[in-house]
Amino acid sequence: MSDERLSVLKTYKLYVGGKFPRSESGRVYEVTDSTGKWLANAPLSSRKDARDAVVAARKAFGGWSGATAYNRGQVLYRVAEMLEGRREQFVREVADAEGLPRAEAVAVVDATIDRWVWYAGWTDKIAQVVGGGNPVAGPFFNLSSPEPMGVVAVVAPQESSFLGLVSVLAPVIATGNTAVVAASEKSPLPALSLAEVLATSDVPGGVVNVLSGRTAEIAAPLAAHQDVNAIDLAGADEALAKELEIAAADNLKRVLRPQAVDYSGTPGTERMTAFLETKTVWHPTGALGAAGSSY
Amino acid sequence: MAFEYAPAPESRAIVDLAPSYGLFIDGEFTESAGGDLVKTVSPSTEEVLCEYTRATAEDVDRAVQAARRAFEKWSALPGAERAKYLFRIARIVQERSRELAVLETLDNGKPIKETRDADLPLVAAHFFYYAGWADKLDHAGFGPSPKPLGVAGQVIPWNFPLLMLAWKIAPALATGNTVVLKPAETTPLSALFFADICRQAGLPQGVVNIVTGDGRTGADLVAHPDVAKVAFTGSTSVGKEIARTVAGTRKKLTLELGGKGANIVFDDAPIDQAVEGIVTGIFFNQGQVCCAGSRLLVQESIHDELLESLKRRLSTLRLGDPLDKNTDIGAINSAEQLARISALAERGEAEGAERWSPACELPSSGYWFAPTLFTNVTQAHTIAREEIFGPVLSVLTFRTPEEAVAKANNTPYGLSAGIWTEKGSRILAVASRLRAGVVWSNTFNKFDPASPFGGYKESGFGREGGRHGLEAYLDV
Repeated sequence: MSDERLSVLKTYKLYVGGKFPRSESGRVYEVTDSTGKWLANAPLSSRKDARDAVVAARKAFGGWSGATAYNRGQVLYRVAEMLEGRREQFVREVADAEGLPRAEAVAVVDATIDRWVWYAGWTDKIAQVVGGGNPVAGPFFNLSSPEPMGVVAVVAPQESSFLGLVSVLAPVIATGNTAVVAASEKSPLPALSLAEVLATSDVPGGVVNVLSGRTAEIAAPLAAHQDVNAIDLAGADEALAKELEIAAADNLKRVLRPQAVDYSGTPGTERMTAFLETKTVWHPTGALGAAGSSY
Repeated sequence: MAFEYAPAPESRAIVDLAPSYGLFIDGEFTESAGGDLVKTVSPSTEEVLCEYTRATAEDVDRAVQAARRAFEKWSALPGAERAKYLFRIARIVQERSRELAVLETLDNGKPIKETRDADLPLVAAHFFYYAGWADKLDHAGFGPSPKPLGVAGQVIPWNFPLLMLAWKIAPALATGNTVVLKPAETTPLSALFFADICRQAGLPQGVVNIVTGDGRTGADLVAHPDVAKVAFTGSTSVGKEIARTVAGTRKKLTLELGGKGANIVFDDAPIDQAVEGIVTGIFFNQGQVCCAGSRLLVQESIHDELLESLKRRLSTLRLGDPLDKNTDIGAINSAEQLARISALAERGEAEGAERWSPACELPSSGYWFAPTLFTNVTQAHTIAREEIFGPVLSVLTFRTPEEAVAKANNTPYGLSAGIWTEKGSRILAVASRLRAGVVWSNTFNKFDPASPFGGYKESGFGREGGRHGLEAYLDV
């Protein structure tokens, strides 16, 4: 007889359109820690789940891209606040998922929270850094502004299941895109728990959609989907990345290829600009009065 | 009433064409390793201008190796020195601009008015603009000392041969890359003349290499393992093929592809100005422009009035000898393109749209297509969906701004759009909702080297022009 209380286990679910469905396929797969101990049964997403997530992301795009940059910054900061409150939970999940000693897991979770703060501050600054007026040789006002691309498929890093995930997800949504995330195949639990944080952080439903399962099975329909505008291949291995890039060419998705990244370093602006279009607007400048001066 | 004009042809004596041209590799014109000679004709007369070489895979490899050897020194040169080469090129282009304008008109078929007043000034301006960047890259916002990529393989179209060359070569050289460029198979001549400009400018050998040929030559260049950067302007279908080719490599890719631009005219627009903008939008360069305003979206209440003005204006356009300084509409670039335009126009009629052209006599030889507009066009019609790349305008209507935006965005393309209204807040509201890389409000088809150009969606990715245009050629 033990006095120890039997704990209540969590059923991990997908996050699509602001709701927490199981995979429509009814399938799950066993997730273990680095020693092979059972942690949970995670949903094994299907192509249909991926397509549903794209529909949800597209539906959310108008509102999210149309929100003020200030508002998006507030929402992203709110994510950091909510994460701070659940810091212990994520330390435990990251330690289990990545086999880290507690101190290292603490550092990873702290860095992840800080990453949300970094990107929260970027939402209303990136346009000033990468956009601006163009001095054309004629009587025209000419302004280039960055705009979000639309729905971005994110193949999350396989090893860095939480800091890596947030490092690729936050820049995508900071600029007004919406995202469909394929979580780390081996360690999906931090991503699925992050969804619970997003759901309580004023992030509108559908802005971030999280799928767990076999990376290749989820990413293939996303790369081929005609209503996905771009894809981040961070978590795809070489063979899969090539396959996905070929599929992505079908509707000329913007592709960010996998690259060696140290997620503990300060990010640059590259992951934001990778998923921004530049729109340039022209308008004639008139002259005032007979003297021909506008001043 | 029709005004009669006496012919005012520009002299072609200024252009000295050789009977045939080789490939410009490693600083000199060389013979091909087994490539055949191809004729290039003047589209307005079908006269054979000269012969050029179709480069083989072996030739392409030779050019890439020359560019690769040249890269070491060129990329190590101080930016200020690279800048001075580009300034030299810009100046020589200006000095030879009459010659190049006539040459371009001969080879492409577009009016001398356009090559003289649009293409050539923009070519020189583009080299001037990027010359100034060459020693200022540290301050361009891409971090300290951004590095070039290596050999750029560049494939350009026939609609603005020399201007597209300038858009490709100027930023590539400014950032320290070397170039192998393939001009279009129907318009190789201005690129071959540009080789001579490189010689006059004293550009180090191998920095710019010109390989002529058709799609096969382009495919060889794009697939070459020592090409680090691929830049392509052309059709969306070829762009997709190139994207598949470079998949899984480290090659950096920019694509500037097709379009089906919407030109939206609201009921408060100044009609006369809008008509001029519509004409510029679709009949500039015979409509063979990727950012053409090929779909006219007119607010229903002014449809009849606008169409009447537009038809009246189209009746005054002068079609004919491209070398004549009074010519507005020149020849279609090739027999193939003419066949494509004709087939799509016939499709428009067959699907029930109403076809109209002004009374217009077409020359008996050469490739010609009268300015054409279609009314009663719906979004389902082929001519409202597919890029025609010719002087054919499809007219659709809308009632509300929301409907205009929805229709404008209802295309896989996203290159350009136009808005005509006197209401400033409406311009900004509509402009912000159009999914297009370039939005012209109360104007159309304006270009400038300082202004980034490029598309959303299937119109390609990356920007050419401005600070943004540097990124395509830097390892960032």
